[in-house]
Amino acid sequence: MARKLLLEHINVPGINTFDVYRQKGGYRAVEKALKTLTPDEVVEEVKKSGLRGRGGAGFPTGMKWSFLAKPEGVARYLVCNADESEPGTFKDRYLMTHIPHALIEGMIVSSFALGANTSYIYVRGEMMPQIRILEKAIAEAKNAGFLGKNILGTGYDLELYVQPGGGAYICGEETALLESLEGKRGNPRIKPPFPAIAGLYGCPTVVNNVESIAATVPIINDGGDEYAKIGIGRSTGTKLISASGNLVRPGVYEIDLGLPVEEFIYSDEYCGGIANGKRLKATVAGGSSVPILPANLTLKLANGEPRLMSYESLSDGGFATGSMMGSGGFIAFDEDQCIVRNTWNFSRFYHHESCGQCSPCREGTGWMEKVLHRIEYGHGKMSDIDLLVDVSKKIEGNTICPLGDAAAWPVASAIRHFRDEFEWHVKEPIKCLDTNYGLANYAQPIAKAEVTTGN
Amino acid sequence: MLKVEQQQPVEFSSALKEKFDEIISRYPKGKHKSALLPMLHEVQAELGWLSSDAMDKVAAYLDIQNIEVYEVASFYSMYFLKPQGKYVLEVCRTGPCCLVGAEKLMNHIEQNLGVKEGEVTADGLFSWRGVECLAACGYGPVLQIGPEYTFYENLNEQKVDELIQDLRKK
Amino acid sequence: MSDKVKVTIDGITVEVAPGTTILNAARQIGGDIVPPAMCYYSKLEGSGGKCRTCIVKVSKGSEKDPRPMPKLVASCRTTVMDGMEVQNITSPEVIEARSGVVEMLLINHPLDCPVCDQAGECDLQNLGYEHGLQKTRYEFERRTFERIDIGDKIQLHMNRCILCYRCVFTADQITNKRVHGILNRGDHSEISTYIQTAVDNDFSGNVIDVCPVGALTDKTFRFKNRVWFTKPIDAHRDCPTCSGKVTLWYKGEDVLRVTARKDIYGEVEEFICNTCRFDKKKTADWVIEHPTHISDTSVIASNHYETLKPLPVIQNNPQLQQANKVELEKTTKF
Repeated sequence: MARKLLLEHINVPGINTFDVYRQKGGYRAVEKALKTLTPDEVVEEVKKSGLRGRGGAGFPTGMKWSFLAKPEGVARYLVCNADESEPGTFKDRYLMTHIPHALIEGMIVSSFALGANTSYIYVRGEMMPQIRILEKAIAEAKNAGFLGKNILGTGYDLELYVQPGGGAYICGEETALLESLEGKRGNPRIKPPFPAIAGLYGCPTVVNNVESIAATVPIINDGGDEYAKIGIGRSTGTKLISASGNLVRPGVYEIDLGLPVEEFIYSDEYCGGIANGKRLKATVAGGSSVPILPANLTLKLANGEPRLMSYESLSDGGFATGSMMGSGGFIAFDEDQCIVRNTWNFSRFYHHESCGQCSPCREGTGWMEKVLHRIEYGHGKMSDIDLLVDVSKKIEGNTICPLGDAAAWPVASAIRHFRDEFEWHVKEPIKCLDTNYGLANYAQPIAKAEVTTGN
Repeated sequence: MLKVEQQQPVEFSSALKEKFDEIISRYPKGKHKSALLPMLHEVQAELGWLSSDAMDKVAAYLDIQNIEVYEVASFYSMYFLKPQGKYVLEVCRTGPCCLVGAEKLMNHIEQNLGVKEGEVTADGLFSWRGVECLAACGYGPVLQIGPEYTFYENLNEQKVDELIQDLRKK
Repeated sequence: MSDKVKVTIDGITVEVAPGTTILNAARQIGGDIVPPAMCYYSKLEGSGGKCRTCIVKVSKGSEKDPRPMPKLVASCRTTVMDGMEVQNITSPEVIEARSGVVEMLLINHPLDCPVCDQAGECDLQNLGYEHGLQKTRYEFERRTFERIDIGDKIQLHMNRCILCYRCVFTADQITNKRVHGILNRGDHSEISTYIQTAVDNDFSGNVIDVCPVGALTDKTFRFKNRVWFTKPIDAHRDCPTCSGKVTLWYKGEDVLRVTARKDIYGEVEEFICNTCRFDKKKTADWVIEHPTHISDTSVIASNHYETLKPLPVIQNNPQLQQANKVELEKTTKF
């Protein structure tokens, strides 16, 4: 049984209230940080922990914090990104619903480290119940003297507010989030300047994911070195994985980074295997925008070694044979699922969520969706498959923000690994409407020689 | 162009204005435009949708141009720019939920309510629509109902029928 | 800080002030290496970065950090660093990506150039000519929008819009009450007033001049003439509201249109007021200066008297001189 850092007390009745959370050792990190550490020492602990951003990009959190500009007399802000919208990801909702004080505690510690006196938690508007939970938790913490003026008599002031979004995936991009928080359309900003220099209201700002901020609590309690002992290589600590799709037990799991993917899918401690006795066809390992992988490449690397749940192992083999950790949204597809239909579905998502600011994404996402729709409904042409690859290339890397890449990768990777299924859809326009291509060769062990280790 | 629906004069209650002031107090001086999104949620919760008159009044309250409110309200998918049913069933239609039957569920809702996506039932009680990922992929299919966005998980046809029945009785 | 930084674009080195963007450094060099810009507008703060046509490759970041930038960058919003090396037309990758962007801009464009008043002075037309494909790969119905009326002076054709946001920045910057903006999201985004309102303000007409395509055109010039049949003349008047420096577009004796004066990148030199633009259409209203300089490559240059002098190839070839005798006599008369 792996050690739980974030979800240790998740099953304790009433852990969502201040009193129970406190009894279970909550807010120790605030006491320790504010009373015994300087802000720079807190940053140092987070750096030592090796914690990497849990929102998707995987950028070292401590390093991000150290980039924050600190001009005299200018306010600094910490904004928590709780705009969880990446298909396949629902860990932040889980954390905020069941153990909201973990986030509040992390916000206090992190704000202290960054010298922020006003911090915001930007929660997607659809999570109104979670917004209410957080508002209540903030009121409780304030009541107990952990927020407001002169916290615990240390002279440190912090106000914490919850900001609802309005329904836009793009606001998970940090500069779009800041625009939205300023009461504007969620158009990502053109960088530079980065938020660390000019973020919210033009002031230096750090934007961190819910899980990253919550992870600072065990880091401060136990020390960064202790945290770094968990995990493997540069993937330190524990990670919340949202498991969905055709699994026996979908849900949120806290894993030690480095857990073999096979164990995660099939062991009874985690997902318990594929639902209804079916076989695994493919997975999307880190939320809808990361490349899809067939079952064989999900479980094993191109060289036959087992693939692990870590930043490095999941991306091993680059785009040729690998995927990415992303936000930890693990979606499993059983043998009855149609890859073409799912690719079209994801494509519709990105088309719907494109902000429309820059031309390749605005026009390209809609174009890909239309072509995929045509293939899925039996009107496709063989040339459509290469057209899709080409359009995805024209979007990838040429847009203001990563949404363009996120829209391009699922399409490109689905065609890379499942081209025969796309071709079958074109060749069997009637049959594809009510049957599906099935498992084909995707679950078979891969022949070593056939796979190229690209980058 | 957006279809601007019937205009109805709007008056904000004093309770609502009090709420506005509380929201505005969360931001530094001069940055009150930040209050726009939460204020629009409050207005929609009270009135059911955002008429242009309501948006103009919000603009006046924040001392910003009307167009700044229209730009924002039309960008985000949660704001309704035309009247809806009293209960709007918003069903997640994205990948992971579709793996576990969201599409079938939407067909079923369409049949049960007898209206197409985006339309309102004759009694004015219901409308429904597919929305993008609601971040509850492990508990799909899911749907939510505003204004508090009450969440219903692990749905099937029977559960949805019961839900609709309960709402009718309310 | 040193006072100048050195940047090399397509092998040509130039020294520019720190903080200059790659695009503006390229404009200081001039010529073919200047990236095209559909949304950037030097006079509009915050513009640029959106259309992606000006993307270039930074093959060397700077003297201090010579690593290349991982992706192509928007030259209009990337500042130069000392020792930076940039590839524009010398990079096949850039050319390919740019034609990709042009293709994206064109897939939903109505291509109604024969009935578009912007034809002949349209940046998208030029860009499409230079980078576009002969055949579209887009086989779906093109996106259309319902028409909205934004008053009797400005014609809005949303179908032609490429969402450069220039008109919105213009309204923000030079008028005190913006009534139009960008509504909706993604590929449904549109310029609109939401509720049909006239875009009416002393300086609102400038949105016509900043529009790179035919989305915002002069209603008082609508279907009056093709721009290449009209002759531009620089003129001025003593205007209490603006500088009064304009270009008059003549057909015979009549002033068909008044616009602001534009530089070689198609940018307005000084914004003008609506009175000058819409209400002063008699020669008597103006002090005439001289014919407007028009680039030889523009279709507007044909029949334009500033460039009536015979082409060099004719001047140097007796046979051609003989063949163009009548034309040559005309020029000597001038």
